[in-house]
Formats: sequence, C-alpha cells, structure tokens
Amino acid sequence: MAENNRAVLKLKEKFAASIIDVVEFRGEVTVTVKKDSIIDILTFLKQSLQYNLLTDLTAVDYLGKKEERFMMVYQLYSIPNKDRLRIKSPVAEADCSIPTATKVWATANWLEREVYDLFGIIFDKHPDLRRILMTDDWVGHPLRKDYPLQGPDREPYKGRLS
Amino acid sequence: MATTETMTLNMGPQHPSTHGVLRLVLELDGEVVVKVTPHIGYLHRGVEKLSEHRTFHQILPLTDRLDYLAPMSNNLGYILAVEKLMGVEVPERAETIRIIMAELTRLQSHLVWIACHALDIGAMTVFIYAFRERETIMEIYELISGARMTSNFFRVGGLSQDVPDEFVRKVSDFIDVMPEYLDQYEGLLTTNPIWLKRTVGNGVISADDAIDIGLTGPALRGSGVDWDLRRDNPYGGYEKYQFKVPVGENCDTFDRYKVRLVEMREAIKIVRQGLDKLKPGPVLADYPQVCYPPKENVYNSIEGLIHHFKIASEGFPAPEGEVYQSVEAPKGELGFYIVSDGGNKPERLRIRPPSFVNLQAIEQMTVGSMIADLVAVIGTLDIVLGEIDR
Repeated sequence: MAENNRAVLKLKEKFAASIIDVVEFRGEVTVTVKKDSIIDILTFLKQSLQYNLLTDLTAVDYLGKKEERFMMVYQLYSIPNKDRLRIKSPVAEADCSIPTATKVWATANWLEREVYDLFGIIFDKHPDLRRILMTDDWVGHPLRKDYPLQGPDREPYKGRLS
Repeated sequence: MATTETMTLNMGPQHPSTHGVLRLVLELDGEVVVKVTPHIGYLHRGVEKLSEHRTFHQILPLTDRLDYLAPMSNNLGYILAVEKLMGVEVPERAETIRIIMAELTRLQSHLVWIACHALDIGAMTVFIYAFRERETIMEIYELISGARMTSNFFRVGGLSQDVPDEFVRKVSDFIDVMPEYLDQYEGLLTTNPIWLKRTVGNGVISADDAIDIGLTGPALRGSGVDWDLRRDNPYGGYEKYQFKVPVGENCDTFDRYKVRLVEMREAIKIVRQGLDKLKPGPVLADYPQVCYPPKENVYNSIEGLIHHFKIASEGFPAPEGEVYQSVEAPKGELGFYIVSDGGNKPERLRIRPPSFVNLQAIEQMTVGSMIADLVAVIGTLDIVLGEIDR
C-alpha cells in the first residue's frame, strides 16, 4: 500500500506539513505536495532516497475541474532501487509559477522549457526560459485546455463530414 | 595585437548529418566548438494536444509517427499504458509476437543508426549493407501489418490480427543470417583505424553527468550504468526471456557503438526465444468492453457489427486515475503518462521521448571538440526528430 512505501514514510516524517495527498493507483504511488516546498522535497528524494533520475517533468491543465488550474508532475526513478515515485504539485492560474528544478537535475532544463512553452507556467530562476517547440514569436500556449485544437483564428473542428 | 573573435555558424535544419530537421547554432573558435544551441520544433505536430481529442483506440496511429524508425516500440509503449489503465490481460501468443516485433524493431532502429552514424563519419559501405538488412525487417512489417513503417499493428488487449503462416519462417530465416551480417559490420568498423580515431575518446560523458542530464538507453549504458528497463522493471512478458545487458566503460562514442552492437545480438537471441515460445492461440483478449471483436464476428453477425461500431465510434470509458508506463525503446526510455478523468478520451497524454532528453546532452558532449566530432556525437546520440518534436 501507498502508506507503507519507504519514500512516503520518510516524506511524511520530514515534510508532514507540505503533503496534500498520497494516492496509489495500479501500483503507482503519487504524492501531491505544496509548491513552496517542492524543491526541498525533490532535493531530499534525490540525495537521501536515491531517486537519482528525473524521468519526466510535465504539467496537466485541469481548467474548470480543479480549484488550482495546473498540476506539475515529476516522475522520479531510482536506478539503484529500481522503483518509481510520482510527485505532483498544484499551481494556481493567478500565480502561474513554480521554482525551477534545474538546480536538482540538469534534465529539467529542456523539460521545463517545454512546459513553459506549451502551458505558460513560469519557472522561477530558470537559466534559459525560452520557447522550445513553438517559434519564439508564438502567441498562446497550445496545450492549455482553452487553446483551440485547430489553432487560433480558425473554424473549430466539427467532426468528420463523411 | 591581433584580436580573435568567435564565429557563429548555422548547421541545419537541412544538413545531411543532423538526421532530420535539427538546427544547431554553433559558436566556433576556428574549428573548435565553443557553444551549441539546438533549435528544435520544426516537426511539431501537436500529438499530445491531438490525443486529448481522440479515443484511446484512435491515438494508436499517431504513436507510429513519433519515432518513425521504431514504430512498433512506440505502439507497444502506448498500448501497455492503456492496458495498465484498463487492467487488461493479454493472451500469451499476442505477448510473444509483440516481443518478437519489438526486438526486430530494435534491430531495425539500430541498423539505421549504424548506417547513418558510419555514413556521417565517412564509412559509406556500412550504410548500403545495413539498409539491405533493414529491408528484410520492413518486409516482415509489411507481411503482418500491411505497412512498412506506420504499422499500427498492436491493439489494446492484443494484436489487430494474427500473423500469417510465413511469418515464423521469414523471421527465423532472417535471424539465422543476421549474426553473420553483424560480423561484417564489425569487420568493417571495429578495428578500422579511421573509425577508431573518430570515435574513441569522442563525446565523453561520465556516468554521474549522464544520469543528471537524463540520458537513457544505450547512451546511458555506454557510460557504464547497468540499467535496462526490460530486465529491471519487466513489462509485457520480458521477465520470461534471458538476455545480457551490455555496459560500456569509457563513456565515449566507441563504447556506445559496442553497446549497441551487442544489443543487436541480444535482440536476435530474444527473437529466437520468442519463436520457440510461439504457440497457437488467441491474439486478442476476451474483454468486450475494451477490445475490438474478431473480424469474422464483425462480418458475419449483427452483434459483432454493433460491437465493432461502438468501440470504433465511442471507444470505451477509462477509470479515473493516472498511469505511467515506459518501455525500453531502441533509443532509451519511452514513457507514456495518461491522465484519465473517467471519459473515453484521455484528459492528458504525455509522451516522454528518449531522443528529446538525450539531445540535451549534446552541449556537454561537444564543447571543446571539433565540428567533425560534433557530427559523430549527433550520430551516437541516435536521435529522431519525429519524437523530439512530437
């Protein structure tokens, strides 16, 4: 169970005030934490619990479904222990920023640029926060739910005619 | 006193050695690279955005087009993620065929890698040889799926159809001759003084740096990290197969070359084990809420037709939750992260492409070396822009 996961136990011990939620689904443990302490938690997981590989970093847009619109998702992996842990952190639309994880893992550099590009989340103190997939002069953030699928200024898709 | 200044040079997006539409802005001091700034996104098709508007079955063809040199590996990663979300068990025959095809795909991808990598460095013969063998794998693709590249062959719960009878003979003929061909490539390259000069000591990245920058797959194993998802977190039935995981020592391009060559030999062994395990049986799970019905039901009964119509048009509702499933794709860890809100389309589908993360290491691996070495590093990273840009 999620409660017995070694990382969850340690996190509850050390960051009890920051943990919002712990969920296990299909054998995968997800810990949701407050964004103020995200870097402390990631650093702790990397240095003390051997989660040395940041597999993935991404965001999810819950427009109209959750109080805080965005959710940052960090997929961690421990090469010595061969296990995974998912850390999530909500980001409100009004204060659309989160501290950068580039100090913890160099991988985060491009992954955060991609999240910035496609979701418009600002990463504080990121060394090189530029768009990465879209062109530099692009307006809008395509993976936001209120960004039209067909792109701006085009008729919305009405389904196949045939 | 004479002053010198650096020169800015644009390499790509139409450059033969950048393997697609990769653009590098180089800052050069003479011929020495001072700074590399990759510009990507020329092939961005918005696959993740499109996926939010498609049912789970309809997303599958999009995954073919990520790493177009290894379509079945992408299919496998996505299908396993959906099966994990839905809790579907796959019949044994389907599982075995998937592994055979995933390993043939690894061979195919590595063949393109060795061909282009050698061509970039100037060894043209290998290119011609490797593409000859790749053609056979393409024919096997065509035999079972009807397409040479965009296979779209796997389905949630199994395969779209069973393989034809010639499949086993064709695959076993191929893996019988393949080790000999690998010997040929090694004969052309491994002891070739030019090849050694160009690859030994080139693109060095230490194990700690490699983990920090997020390298996965052969690029990480070349730096001496003994980690392979197929062995360490087995998926899709890999726990039943025996194979070795090659590891490099010197963290350079030559070691990554050796690692990939051994991986090809191991892939052949896995395919052979798969052929031995192949027993007749169903290739699609009996899980009508999720899986397509067999074609003979669709054509011969109204119930089958209605079932097919419902699955094709509406798809199936997935339980609320999120899953992450990754596979050891030829280029590294390919992950699919699905967030479901209980509907028939994913709330969010995130693709974790190995090439995207691996390409980030290019700066660390090339600064201070010559432009010609940069070309070798692009080859050794084995990138595909289709999955970098998505």
